[in-house]
Amino acid sequence: MPKLPAPPLPKILQPKPKRPGEPSDAGALNPVEAGITVVDWLDERTALSPGLRWLMWRKVPRGINWAYTLGSATLFAFLNQAVTGVFLAMYYRPDVAGGAYESIRNINDNVFLGQFVHGMHKWGASVMIILIFLHMGRVFFYGAYKYPRELTWVIGVVLLILTLAMGFTGYLLPFDQRSYWATVVGVNINAGGPFIGPFLSDFLLGGADFGATTLSRFYAIHMLVIPGAMAALIGAHLYLVTKLGISAPPWIKPHADQDGDHALVEAEV
Amino acid sequence: MNQAEKEAYLRDYSILKNEGKPFFPYAVAKDGAMAVIVMVVIIVLSLMFGAELGPKADPTTTTYVPRPDWYFFFLFEVLRVMRNVPKFTPMATIGVPTICMILLFLLPFYDRSPERRIERRPIALAAGITTIAAMAYLTYSGANTGSPNSVDMAPPSSLSPAQAAVFRAGAQVVGESGCLACHVIGDNGNNGPGPVLTHIAATVPTAQIASTLRNPTPPMPSFKNLPPQKFSYLVQFLSDLQ
Repeated sequence: MPKLPAPPLPKILQPKPKRPGEPSDAGALNPVEAGITVVDWLDERTALSPGLRWLMWRKVPRGINWAYTLGSATLFAFLNQAVTGVFLAMYYRPDVAGGAYESIRNINDNVFLGQFVHGMHKWGASVMIILIFLHMGRVFFYGAYKYPRELTWVIGVVLLILTLAMGFTGYLLPFDQRSYWATVVGVNINAGGPFIGPFLSDFLLGGADFGATTLSRFYAIHMLVIPGAMAALIGAHLYLVTKLGISAPPWIKPHADQDGDHALVEAEV
Repeated sequence: MNQAEKEAYLRDYSILKNEGKPFFPYAVAKDGAMAVIVMVVIIVLSLMFGAELGPKADPTTTTYVPRPDWYFFFLFEVLRVMRNVPKFTPMATIGVPTICMILLFLLPFYDRSPERRIERRPIALAAGITTIAAMAYLTYSGANTGSPNSVDMAPPSSLSPAQAAVFRAGAQVVGESGCLACHVIGDNGNNGPGPVLTHIAATVPTAQIASTLRNPTPPMPSFKNLPPQKFSYLVQFLSDLQ
């Protein structure tokens, strides 16, 4: 290891040079060992390392291709929405009387990089929807939803519905003409549904009409309820993906199978 | 899938998995590259198109054309097509998407065959392609529909060229005046609260159309302040709707 220059300490604080014959201090901490010690300390108390090893050093089957990155790309788009959303929430005010519109105008016009972050949130939503549909298409055409991954698929469909609900609730928040009228139409569509339709639209509007509570309700659903549910479901989805293993492309067969030599491979497994 | 098929699948899969590479770093590297691409695409989109803000929301306007974000165009198109059949509108706009979602949700429970290769699953292939084609078509036509504020109608063939020109001018006045917010004319406009105007001239004489436009029943606004030229186009257009 390269030797660092000695710190300019007063003489009294500097370590005394060793006398000849004194044992070397092998117990002293060097930085690498200190890092290992910290990890050891954490692991002794949390036992996280087997879990991490289970997550990171599992094998993925032979033959997986770039289509298999669509799921993690969707997750990445979700994280982008979460991070940019937090920054937008720092400046946004859910106020029907003009505050909402003015706060978005302020973000666009005055806040440092405001329009850029707003744009990333807006376009990130479209990118996430495209990715989630592509991911679903890959799973569908590869037959990856079949045994034993049925539950992963079901959770994925719920995540798709929640993503679309994010798009719907988020569209209102800038509170310009476009978002207002599209939401009025959307809520009217909901109200036309059988049985729960009228209750759903009452719940969304926070009353019989589009009023002061509607915007804050959409805001709370958009930034608290659905993201919370999505984060939990993404956790479950990823747990199942790890637990069951990433599905192999359906056209890939084990090498041993092509030779018709089952017994040998089973012994290896 | 029966028990033997399940076991055969799990056995083949465990062999394939054993022949594979560790998730870290091989798959993580691919995922990371994809994440960088996603990030770059989002940043480029944001820099190119920004996040423009339209005019402030005004609940009192009646002529604004609502448009959803592009991923709801398909629903918007279904609503537009089904609007003139009020009895079936909820079924088309709520019922069909709900049924589709339930079908999607339950997919692994009714598609239980062990076959995974798409070329050997003809029903799944046909259903998948049909769904993609239908969604693409609805999204495309939803994106390309004209403004709901314009009347898209050919003049009746009985009119002379000069009368047809007046008909078109009247149709434009109808679009500008926001009549379609409350009236259906042909394939255009919202059904209600006003009556359907597609064949209004068959029951209401021209003079009465003009007087109704001047002194309407609330909540319809009066059009007596329109310029006389436009007003006459409007009356002529409506009295051509046999």
